Amino acid sequence: MLSITDRDRGTPAAHSDNRVTIEVDGNAVEVPEGTSVMRAASEAGIDIPKLCATESLNAFGSCRLCLVEIEGKRGYPASCHTPATDGMKVRTQSERLHKLRRNVMELYISDHPLDCLTCPANGNCELEDMAGVVGLREVRYGYEGKNHLDSQKDDSNPYFSFDPSKCIVCSRCVRACDEVQGTLALTVQGRGFDSVISASQNQPFMDSECVSCGACVQACPTATLMEKSVIELGQPQRTVTTTCAYCGVGCSFKAEVKGDQVVRMVPNLDGRANEGHSCVKGRFAYGYTTHPDRITTPMIRESIHAPWREVSWDAAIEYAAREFRRIQDTYGQDAVGGVTSSRCTNEETFIVQKLVRAAFGNNNVDTCARVCHSPTGYGLKNTLGESAGTQAFESVEKADVIVVIGANPTEGHPVFASRMKRRLREGARLIIVDPRQIELVRTPHIEADHHLQLRPGSNVALINALAHVVVTEGLVDQDYVDQRCERESFEEWKEFISRPENSPEATASITGVSADEVRAAARLYATANNAAIYYGLGVTEHSQGSTMVIGIANLAMATGNLGREGVGVNPLRGQNNVQGSCDMGSFPHELAGYRHVSGAATRELFQTAWGVPIQPEPGFRIPNMFEAALDGEFKGMFIQGEDFAQSDPNTKHVTAALEAMECIVIQDLFLNETAKYAHVFFPGSSFLEKDGTFTNAERRISRVRKIREPLSGKSEWEAVQELAQAMGYDMHYDHPSEIMAEIARLTPTFTGVTYEKLDELGSIQWPCNERAPEGTPTMHVGEFVRGKGHFMLTGYVPTEERSTSRFPLLMTTGRVLTQYNVGAQTRRTGNTAWHAEDLLEIHPHDASERGIGDGDHVGVTSRVGDTVLRAQVTERVQPGVVYTTFHFPHTGANVITTEHSDWATNCPEYKVTAVQVTKVNEPSEWQRRHREFSEQQRKLLEERRAAARRASG
Amino acid sequence: MKIERLVAMANDIGKYFASRSDNEAVIEGIADHMTKFWDPRMRRQIIAHVSETGGEGLNAHVADAVRRLALPP
Ligand code: SF4
Ligand code: SF4
Ligand code: SF4
Ligand code: FES
Repeated sequence: MLSITDRDRGTPAAHSDNRVTIEVDGNAVEVPEGTSVMRAASEAGIDIPKLCATESLNAFGSCRLCLVEIEGKRGYPASCHTPATDGMKVRTQSERLHKLRRNVMELYISDHPLDCLTCPANGNCELEDMAGVVGLREVRYGYEGKNHLDSQKDDSNPYFSFDPSKCIVCSRCVRACDEVQGTLALTVQGRGFDSVISASQNQPFMDSECVSCGACVQACPTATLMEKSVIELGQPQRTVTTTCAYCGVGCSFKAEVKGDQVVRMVPNLDGRANEGHSCVKGRFAYGYTTHPDRITTPMIRESIHAPWREVSWDAAIEYAAREFRRIQDTYGQDAVGGVTSSRCTNEETFIVQKLVRAAFGNNNVDTCARVCHSPTGYGLKNTLGESAGTQAFESVEKADVIVVIGANPTEGHPVFASRMKRRLREGARLIIVDPRQIELVRTPHIEADHHLQLRPGSNVALINALAHVVVTEGLVDQDYVDQRCERESFEEWKEFISRPENSPEATASITGVSADEVRAAARLYATANNAAIYYGLGVTEHSQGSTMVIGIANLAMATGNLGREGVGVNPLRGQNNVQGSCDMGSFPHELAGYRHVSGAATRELFQTAWGVPIQPEPGFRIPNMFEAALDGEFKGMFIQGEDFAQSDPNTKHVTAALEAMECIVIQDLFLNETAKYAHVFFPGSSFLEKDGTFTNAERRISRVRKIREPLSGKSEWEAVQELAQAMGYDMHYDHPSEIMAEIARLTPTFTGVTYEKLDELGSIQWPCNERAPEGTPTMHVGEFVRGKGHFMLTGYVPTEERSTSRFPLLMTTGRVLTQYNVGAQTRRTGNTAWHAEDLLEIHPHDASERGIGDGDHVGVTSRVGDTVLRAQVTERVQPGVVYTTFHFPHTGANVITTEHSDWATNCPEYKVTAVQVTKVNEPSEWQRRHREFSEQQRKLLEERRAAARRASG
Repeated sequence: MKIERLVAMANDIGKYFASRSDNEAVIEGIADHMTKFWDPRMRRQIIAHVSETGGEGLNAHVADAVRRLALPP
C-alpha cells in the first residue's frame, strides 16, 4: 500500500510539452498530452474508483472498475487506459456506471474473506475503500462455491507475509516486480478463476529470485502482501519525510510512525533520487535503531584493558577535553586529530572538522572517503574542475550506451540499478568492465554487449586501450574538444595515448581482454549519441585509482560525453553521505567546497568567521595518522561513527596503531571493533533521531528529519559542540539549520541552500547559488567548472601486489545487497536471513586443484596476514581470482589486505591482494585472538554499570 | 613515520608523473603534489633523508623533486 498520506493518481505522470484540456464532470482540466483520463480526473480533484491501477505502474486495464462515459464514444472505456485528448468530455458517475462497478466489486468480494475488522490492512485497504465507494451492500454469490479462502500463507520472508486468500489477482505486484524493480520474480500462474500469484517456480518468497525490495508490497491494494511490522503494530498515525541512511543513492522515504515508533518505511513518490522505489535495506532494515546492543549512556575508561564506566555527559565531555589538552601540552598541538563519517549528516561532519581545525588548532582531519572515493575527488577536480559526479540519476533515462566499470549496482546501488535496468530493457546498450560476472552481465531481458572481464589491477591499461582506439580510429569529437578543452593538454595526451604500448593488442596480455572486444567496445561508446559511464570502488580502490578516474574523464571529454543529459562521469558512492562529508571540508588539505588550505583568501574567510587562525599546511591523512601513532607522534583521536579496525586495510597494523594512542574518543551507536580500543564513548544517534541533511551520489542534498529524540539524550552535534567548548573554543548553534546557514555563508557552491528551500523543493543538487538558485542537475553545461577541460596522462603502472608462486591468486573484495559496509547496522536486522557470513568465491578449477569443495573451510593467506572462511565454488569469478565481502568482523577480510594504496590519495588497494588459499580445519591465529579480545571487551562493557556504582561510592 | 613508507609513497607519486616527456614537468608535478598533500612533518622527514643519504631508495626525479620542496617557516 502507498503511504497513508499519498494520493494515488492511478497512472504515471506524462511528460510532454503539448497540453490538452478535458472536462471531467463539468470541470475543465489541462494536462500534458499522454495523461490518462484517470489521472486527469484526479488532477481535477475527482478520484475514479480503481483496483488494478496505481500511480507507479503503467495502466493494465484488467479490473474494469474505472469505467467512465465519454461523450461521442460508445461503451464504457477504462479511464486508466484511455489517454485524455483535447476537448474530451468525461462523466465519471451515472446510474449505469454505478451498477457496472457494483457488479465488479461483488465478484471480487465473493472470493474474499470478510474478516475486515481483524485484517491488518484495516484502515488502509483499497478493496475495502472501493467497496465503500461503489456502495456494495450485498454479495449474492455466497462462499459455498469454489474459493481461495483456505490458501496457505507464506511467511518465509522476514519482513512481509503473503496471504493468497486475500488476493484479487490484480497483478499489481507482478508488474511492480517487472517494471519498478526489474527482478521479474513474480508471475500469475493458471488462468481465469484458478489464477494465483507465484514467486519464481511456485516457491516460498525466500527461496525465489525475490530480492525483498518491497515494491510488490507497496503496490498491493489488499492485505495479501503486507509488512509484518504493520501486522504486528497496526496502522501508523503520521508520516515524516526523511532520507535513507544506507547507500549513496539516498532514497527519500516517508517514515510512517505511531507515537515515536516506526510502523513502516514507504519510499517517497516525490523523492527525486528514487521516485517511490527502495531496496530491502532502506525499507525494512531499520531494526538496528532500537537494537539492545545500542549504547545510550556515555562511558569512559583509563585504559583499553580497564572496564568501561558509565558517566554523565558532562563528565565524559570534560574527560575527553582534558585528555586532548593534556596530549597537546605533552606532545604538541599536532599530536591529535579527528575523523568524520560518511554515515553522518553534513552538519555533523562540518562540525567535527571545525572541532579539529578550530579547537584542536590543526588540519589533522580526514574522512572515511579516504578509503573509498578520494581518487574520484582528485581525478575529477583536476580534469573537470569539480570533485563530484556530473549527472542526476534520471539522466540515465537518456543514455544510449551505458558503461559500468568496477561497480555492481544491483548489489551496491539497487534503486539506481532498477532505473538503469529499465533503460536497458528499453534498448540502451551495455558495456561492463569487471573481473567478476556481476548480475547485470546477464539478467532477465538484459544482456551486456561486451563484458570486458579484465584481471584485477589492470584498469588503467584497459581505459588506455579504449582511448587509444578512439584517438587512432578518428573517433574523437574534435569540435567538442576544440571548443571545450585545453589544446595543449589534449595534444600531449593524444600523442601519449596513441603510442603503440597503449593499443588493445599491446595491453591484451596485461588485461586478459582480447583486442577485438576492446576495439568493439570503444567504437560502441564513442559513436553513441549519448554514452554515460558509471563507476564504483572497483575503479578507485587501486594503487592507480586516481589515474583510472582521470582516464575515465579523459575518455568522456575526448568523445564529447559531458555537459548534457544522458552522458557523464558518474561515481556511484558507497555510503549515504560520502559526497557530503567530502564537500564539508573533511580532507586534511581542503576547507569546505574543496578549497586548499594554502589559499590565503579562503583561510581569511574562515578565520574571520571562526575567530581563530587556520593552519596553511595540510594535516595527516588517516593512514598517516596510524603511521605516526606507531611512531609515538600521534596520540589522540576523535572518531565519528567509523570503524577502522574492521574497514581499513591491514587490520593488525591498524589495531597496533589504535593501541598506541592515549585517548580515542568514539561517537557511535554500538561498541564496534574500533570502540574496543577507545577510552571515551559518546553514544550516537540513529538517523531517526536527528535533523540534518545527506548529500547523495548525484550531489542531491536531502533532509533527514527526526521522528524521536536521541536515545542518549543529546544530539551528536551538541556533544561535539560541547567538547569544543570544554576545550576552550566557543562554538554555539541551537539547531542544525544554523550549521547549514554557516556552511552556506562559507561555501560558494552552497550559498543558496537553506532548510526552508529544502522544505519547499524537496531536495537540491549543488551548486546552488545566485547562478543556479534551484540547484544544478547537470554539471559542466556549456563550460567545465575549471574553464577548459584538462587532459592528464595515464601511464599504466603495474601494482606491486602481484601473484607469485607463494601467493598465486588475486583476491578482490565487494559487497552484497542485504548487508551494508562493516555490517554494524544490517547485522542487527532481519537481513542476516540472506547473508549470515562472508564467503570466499573461488573458481571450480582453482578449487579442485586445491581439493576444496563448496562450503569447506579455507585459509586465505597474504603477505601480511591470514584468515579462515568458507568457500563458495562458482564461475562468477575467473580462474586465478578469488572474491569476498567484509560485512562480518570475524571474517577478517582486512587482515589480509595490504598497505598498498593509490599514489595520489592513499586510498587503499582493497581490490587486489595476492593470496594463497588452502583447505583448513580450524580458525586462524588472528581469529582466535580476535575472539578472545572481543570476549574480554564484552566483559569490560558488561561491567559498565557496576563500575559506575563503585566510582560513585 | 617510517622512512621506507615515505620513500615508497614518494616513488608511487613519481611513477604517475613519469609519463610526461618533459623532465621539468615530471619534477615539478611531483614537488607540487607533495607540497599540496603531505603534512609538513612528512616533507621535513623526506627532505632530511635526501640531504643525509642523497636520496636512498628514491627514483632520481623524485629525489630532485624533494630537493625543491619548501617548508613552512
Ligand atoms: S498479491 Fe496483491 S497486488 Fe498481487 S495480485 Fe494479489 S492483490 Fe494484486
Ligand atoms: S519484494 Fe521486490 S523482488 Fe521481491 S517479489 Fe516483490 S517486487 Fe519482486
Ligand atoms: S538503494 Fe540505497 S538509499 Fe535506497 S533504500 Fe536502498 S540502501 Fe537506501
Ligand atoms: S483501474 Fe482501470 S481497469 Fe483496473
